[in-house]
Amino acid sequence: MLQTLQSADGSNDRPTDEFDYASLDRYIDSLTDKRGALIPVLHKAQSLFGYLPVEVQSHIALKLDIPSAKVFGVVTFYSFFTMKKKGEYKVDICLGTACFVRGAQKIADALCRELNIKVGEVSEDGLFSLDALRCVGACGLAPVVSVNGKVYGRVTEDDVKSIVEEQMVKDGERR
Amino acid sequence: MITVTLNNAVVEVEEGSTILDAARKSEVHIPTLCYLNLHDIGMVNQVGTCRVCVVEIDGRRNLAPACSTVVTEGMVIRTNTPRSIMARRKVVELLLSNHPKDCLVCERNRKCELQSLAADLNVRENKYEGRKRQTPIDDSSRSLIRNLDKCVLCRRCETMCNVVQTVGVYSTVHRGFETIMGAAYDMPMSETVCTFCGQCVSVCPTAALTQVSDMSHVWQAISDKEKVVIVQTAPAVRAALGEEFGLPPGERVTGKMVAALRRIGCDHVYDTDFAADLTIMEEANELIKRVTEGGPLPILTSCCPAWVKFIEHQFPELLDIPSSCKSPHEMFGAIAKTYLAKKLNVDPRKMVVVSIMPCVAKKYEAAREELAKDSLANVDYVLSTRELASMIREAGIRFVNLPDEDFDPIMGDSSGAGVIFGATGGVIEAAVRTAASWLTGENITDVDFTQLRGMKGLREATVKIGDLELKIGIASGLGNARTLLENIRDGKADYHAIEIMACPGGCVAGGGQPYYGNDREIIKKRAEAIYAEDKGKPVRLSHENEEIKKLYAEFLEKPGSHIAHELLHTEFSKRELV
Repeated sequence: MLQTLQSADGSNDRPTDEFDYASLDRYIDSLTDKRGALIPVLHKAQSLFGYLPVEVQSHIALKLDIPSAKVFGVVTFYSFFTMKKKGEYKVDICLGTACFVRGAQKIADALCRELNIKVGEVSEDGLFSLDALRCVGACGLAPVVSVNGKVYGRVTEDDVKSIVEEQMVKDGERR
Repeated sequence: MITVTLNNAVVEVEEGSTILDAARKSEVHIPTLCYLNLHDIGMVNQVGTCRVCVVEIDGRRNLAPACSTVVTEGMVIRTNTPRSIMARRKVVELLLSNHPKDCLVCERNRKCELQSLAADLNVRENKYEGRKRQTPIDDSSRSLIRNLDKCVLCRRCETMCNVVQTVGVYSTVHRGFETIMGAAYDMPMSETVCTFCGQCVSVCPTAALTQVSDMSHVWQAISDKEKVVIVQTAPAVRAALGEEFGLPPGERVTGKMVAALRRIGCDHVYDTDFAADLTIMEEANELIKRVTEGGPLPILTSCCPAWVKFIEHQFPELLDIPSSCKSPHEMFGAIAKTYLAKKLNVDPRKMVVVSIMPCVAKKYEAAREELAKDSLANVDYVLSTRELASMIREAGIRFVNLPDEDFDPIMGDSSGAGVIFGATGGVIEAAVRTAASWLTGENITDVDFTQLRGMKGLREATVKIGDLELKIGIASGLGNARTLLENIRDGKADYHAIEIMACPGGCVAGGGQPYYGNDREIIKKRAEAIYAEDKGKPVRLSHENEEIKKLYAEFLEKPGSHIAHELLHTEFSKRELV
């Protein structure tokens, strides 16, 4: 089952023991009331692991003592939650109304060309992923792109290259 | 009390009642679809999603759903105004916009709540041709078929599975138009924790959830001159089959059922109740052994395959306590293909054992690998009560006019104890009758252990046998089974014996029985029919069944013998809790 949820290049093929649940479990154990805690727990898990694959969902289901169907239902309902592993640099382009009317689609197309992936995909080296968002609440800065939470406002097509390169440089320095 | 005006009549209802409650109290019919209230088993689906039950309330701009709007003092309600009638019709027209509408060839034809609703509300054209869902049909299991294109998202199955049965297979998954009642990770049913109890099928208003059909296989076996078709009928079937032919609920049709099976073309018609007596021989023997020789206790009955799968998934640490006995129809199959084959001088490989069951889990059970001998399955096909009714209709048999006929000898006789297996508490009562007789050394005369009967989902009772006080727990419905098992696991209960049935009320309310809608009185009447059949039997103790005595004398030696173990007992194994 897990196989079908991974990207075609197999780059998400992480072994089971790579998920370190210690931190997640500490968070769950610290909750005074586990009922109704599913959404915060999913947020925590996604912030820790970057995505919510089947095995993480099953772990949460067992830990919260709720059916895994319920967990899956919530994960598939909210677009924030993802079952696909994201790139190390998670690039989001807002396609909400304000950004859209100020040309966000062109920015999205430029990002696709620059990163050589489609919206919703991960680059082959696992470095970048690109997703579309609906409104990040910064309409005054439209159109907006964010990379790992850092927001770039009033983005033009010309800016796209430098935004991507900035991350590449940072990545080079880090390695 | 709250006073409201409903269609110009004054109605008094209790505080907290809904408009629908008030309407039902005053014999006003408001159509419903998603709403289902079987409150005595905790099945209350009151999600207000379908909007079929909308009514007008004076002073409110919008129509209100009657099922989930609580009445307030002085409320003026109109249920049959042109506006509400048109709104209901529109709701159904919209529900039909993405429905396959293949009613003529649908399994629920004439028994579909959506179809009846469309007829009642005078839907006369396909007004809106919407986008259709195209979800692959899930026929991965041996018991259930899910065709989500026919799902109206009423969420009854989810309430039944999650709240009543606490199994939690279903949830609404995905979003918007893609929303389906799905399993975790979109897994096929065969890979989920589903117990195949079939209660979701019982409450599904359409054919989104149906049973796997084995009718064509059975027809084929009947027409094959090489094959000898051996059929057996479970106790709960005779108490419900008549309903399919317009007979009142609770009318026993044992004799007509036997006659119908012969006319369909079955070569031999036997009774699973005979095998129920056989189960008691083995189970009472095991009970006495475990009570007198120090455990393990409690002993759990193992007749119900859905409950067995439940414990395998949910409580693998307790797998040493269920009785090792196979379920009665599997015992029947094992004996049919050995003892009976010899008696009838038939090659067991040419035998086709067909079980008529009130159950869909029995279909999955029959395919369990360990329930076969020398690569011959104990039971070849399982038909539900509904399927048998279909075959009787197909064959053009006028069921209500049939004479009463008797089961065939050798494996057709049963005691009253074998009959009551069909109602919750019946298996353990049957076991107690025999265990008490064996422990005291003489047959008990008062065989009615009424403290073990009833429709309450979770019960306990004490039975005194000589100096021994036998503590018994009884659960029907898997949510109640969970409570019972948690108490055992946590050391909070010290029962000697426990009976668990997956379906609330026992097999009479099985997932393969005629649909009973929202009328649990029907279930009570079926149970009463079972106890009435027991009362009328000349022999009411399993071990006094002459055919059973003969079976042990000629073949099985004694309960718990080596050959009995080989043929009649089985084992259970841990399953994943995904």
